[in-house]
Amino acid sequence: MAKINVSMELNGKTVSAEVEPRTLLIHYLRENLNVTGPHIGCDTSHCGACTVDVDGKSVKSCTIFAVQAAGAEVLTIEGMAGADGKLHVLQEAFREMHGLQCGFCTPGMIVRAHRLLKENPNPTEEEIRMGISGNLCRCTGYQNVVKAIQYAAAKINGVEYKEAAE
Amino acid sequence: MNAPTDPSAIERAEKLEGMGCKRKRVEDVRFTQGRGNYVDDIKLPDMLHGDFHRSSRAHARIKSIDTSKAKAVPGVVAVLTAEELKGVNLAWMPTLAGDVQMVLADGKVLFQNQEIAFVVAVDRYIAADAADLVEVEYEELPVVIDPFKAMDADAPVLREDIKDKKDGAHGPRNHPNHIFNWQVGDKDLTAAAFAKAEVATKDLLSYQRVHPCPLETCQCLVSFDKIKGEITIYGTFQAPHVIRTVVALIAGLPEHKIHVISPDIGGGFGNKVGAYPGYICSAVASIVTGLPVKWVEDRIENLSTTSFARDYHMTTEIAATKDGRVTGLRVHILADHGAFDACADPSKWPAGFSNIVTGSYDFPVAHLSVDGVYTNKAPGGVAYRCSFRVTEVAYAIERAMDIMAQKLGMDPVDFRVKNFIKREQFPYQSALGWEYDSGDYHTAMQKAVETTGYRNLREEQKTKQEAFKRGETRQLMGVGVAFFTEIVGAGPSKNCDILGIAMFDSAEIRVHPTGRVLGRMGSKSQGQGHETTWAQIIATEIGIPAGDIAIEEGNTDTAPYGLGTYGSRSTPVTGAAIAMAARKIKAKAQMIAAFMLEVHEGDLEWDVDRFRVKGNPEQFKTMSQLAWAAYNKVPPGMEPGLEAVSYYDPPNMTYPFGAYICVMDIDVDTGVHTVRRFYALDDCGVRINPMIIEGQVHGGLTEGYAIAMGQEIVYDAMGNVSGVSLMDYFLPTAVETPKWETDYTVTPSPHHPIGAKGVGESPNVGSVPCFANAVNDAFKFLGSTHIPMPHDNYRVWLAAEKLGLHA
Repeated sequence: MAKINVSMELNGKTVSAEVEPRTLLIHYLRENLNVTGPHIGCDTSHCGACTVDVDGKSVKSCTIFAVQAAGAEVLTIEGMAGADGKLHVLQEAFREMHGLQCGFCTPGMIVRAHRLLKENPNPTEEEIRMGISGNLCRCTGYQNVVKAIQYAAAKINGVEYKEAAE
Repeated sequence: MNAPTDPSAIERAEKLEGMGCKRKRVEDVRFTQGRGNYVDDIKLPDMLHGDFHRSSRAHARIKSIDTSKAKAVPGVVAVLTAEELKGVNLAWMPTLAGDVQMVLADGKVLFQNQEIAFVVAVDRYIAADAADLVEVEYEELPVVIDPFKAMDADAPVLREDIKDKKDGAHGPRNHPNHIFNWQVGDKDLTAAAFAKAEVATKDLLSYQRVHPCPLETCQCLVSFDKIKGEITIYGTFQAPHVIRTVVALIAGLPEHKIHVISPDIGGGFGNKVGAYPGYICSAVASIVTGLPVKWVEDRIENLSTTSFARDYHMTTEIAATKDGRVTGLRVHILADHGAFDACADPSKWPAGFSNIVTGSYDFPVAHLSVDGVYTNKAPGGVAYRCSFRVTEVAYAIERAMDIMAQKLGMDPVDFRVKNFIKREQFPYQSALGWEYDSGDYHTAMQKAVETTGYRNLREEQKTKQEAFKRGETRQLMGVGVAFFTEIVGAGPSKNCDILGIAMFDSAEIRVHPTGRVLGRMGSKSQGQGHETTWAQIIATEIGIPAGDIAIEEGNTDTAPYGLGTYGSRSTPVTGAAIAMAARKIKAKAQMIAAFMLEVHEGDLEWDVDRFRVKGNPEQFKTMSQLAWAAYNKVPPGMEPGLEAVSYYDPPNMTYPFGAYICVMDIDVDTGVHTVRRFYALDDCGVRINPMIIEGQVHGGLTEGYAIAMGQEIVYDAMGNVSGVSLMDYFLPTAVETPKWETDYTVTPSPHHPIGAKGVGESPNVGSVPCFANAVNDAFKFLGSTHIPMPHDNYRVWLAAEKLGLHA
């Protein structure tokens, strides 16, 4: 199949690669650009391990072709830390609250949580649970993922985090 | 271990971040930055990709396979079928259960999605395209799907390769589709107990076929170096050393030419214990092409081919006195093993440790008989987050105890408590042959009852039932109780081996001159956090801060031989090996300290991170000082250096236990349930990292919830498998998942060096019967005795329908 050039702004840098038009965004990222933070867990758009941010929206990158993201601004887990290497508050929060175990869903979960907090800086627990319902985790039972997002929201909002009563 | 009391010692102990502390996980630093290194993240130069053409039929003879169209696709490098594999004697492979399994279909197919051809191409898209172009001509054969019909006189013979074989790996077979019969306990005494039973129950309790479904599927990357004659295998292996041994035995290669590496693993839950056709085909393809070959299964392939769990059909009988004392247990299990017996159990245990079916109760006599049969379903039989077949029988006994309590008119808690093994009975010899190491069931149950306000819940339920009968509500309230006893930590060499290798585990600890430490273990984390917790054990044992201890696992070239991580065996076995290796280091350090301080060893005492002279605490040497001295100032006659290896053969299994209570509300008109409360008390002995334990319990409960309330791998009458994508297979999201309340008691294991028992799987074992009991409890006042799993909304609605509640 003839290849075409696809370029985009990935984590603040312009990238490009020659790919078949049918290449999915997740494969473009993982195979062509060696950006292996986003993972593949289901191939059917259910698990959310491949979640990235495209032009300010959470997207399951196995659901769209790379060409559909041509020219877009794309954010993956690799772009979450600051240029100085300082971790994003969500990255710190997931570790602090034990919001991960095997780590396979984590890149998608954190990138999704980032967009969720942009859309709703002060979500209730229910809103968080609904907001990450497109991201499956087999290890944590989500309880500490929710806490991590609450912790991060509090930090971003400059308020003290109070662990919700069990 | 005595807790330090003086302020300086407490401060020093805190700095160690040793056992008992909620140490943050080391692994998370890379995982939260997308820097995990999973198999599919690894790329080698000129790497090829493999993909399977799979059977569309459940049982058929293969008349022909035409690979010409696939081979003609540009970018396709090779296509393997059974014919090619026969050239290297690999068309079939041995299974862990003493059976053989086709690697690629040889003459016939025995289950839908069975592997037929392996297409190797320059990228994964081309491999998938070409796999579709393989053409197979089938001659349909009648299928066996219902395990209860597998041994009918006129049942089609599935395994023609062994149809005349009268003896299998586990004794006589009495039908071509029969795999084994396995019996434990005293049949006659048990029959006698039932003959004079005042009350008896008998129920068929089926545990449906499910799949562990880790978020990362099974995958491998194999690279054969023709010049050196060496093979490197990266894979999602829970037991990398076992895989190396399998390769050595199958391929006849020496171990030093086989490099098996398990990098980061995206969850295992038992799915990644076995050896699958994809691994063999990738290895052969790499040898044939001289290039590295990667195989990554997709989710449908994962759910429909690489192992399954459960599929146990357990006819469970309890005998009891009228006043509620159990007098006998009799269980027959029909085990559906699919097309090949690829069950992942220790060699001598064809039905795993299912003889833990007596559970937490003092049954004077018991008898268990298990028949394994072949059907046209995928092979497997792995322990989905449980020790071998423990979850199945925990479900059976916990459901059966509820059913008997109902028959006796007793409260399920009271009936259990009346029959608990008492604290003073430990170590306890069970009627089916186990020696339970320790337990305090009464205390645990009492704590659960008090914390949840169980008695008040029963009052509330009674009120609601009366309101329901008056037609004032359409909601039913169920209170589920489960009290499980697990058996984990396989296992003692006297009765546990895999492929003839005893199920020990190992640790190697090196203390470097500056007091930093490298620990290497035979276990392999898949999310359990070994890099964090193993360092905590070492920190407490030898007084070096956990932050100065690096842990490595998963590389067979560098890690000592271990049997891997599954069956909650890492803490009971590897954890013990770590403590024992650390103690060897401490003993040597003590000799060095005595030499340096010019005292007898016996004049020294351990103080958190140092040896000090008894009665003169100002005279001491810290472990860090002793590490340096080990490399330049050892006593005459002593070898320099400070390292130790331990291979730990456990004297017994460990027996974690727990009390779970679930409060559930059910709408009879929709079948929709709400888990109002779920309380889980776990006793896993001494706790290494409470944060990680709590996380493990959350995860296990969520998996148990999924199993009880929806998961099922379904086959229709033709053998078509459905429910095998995440569209259908129930993985709860954050919305459905209940909130968990965790609690604990601590009953140390008396035979384990640090008293720990293991916890990862307890919540799966205990929660499934607890959810099932909650659903059943909601309906039992209406005359229902047993509603089978899974309890999805439709089936719960159906149960209500059958009880005439929709009239």
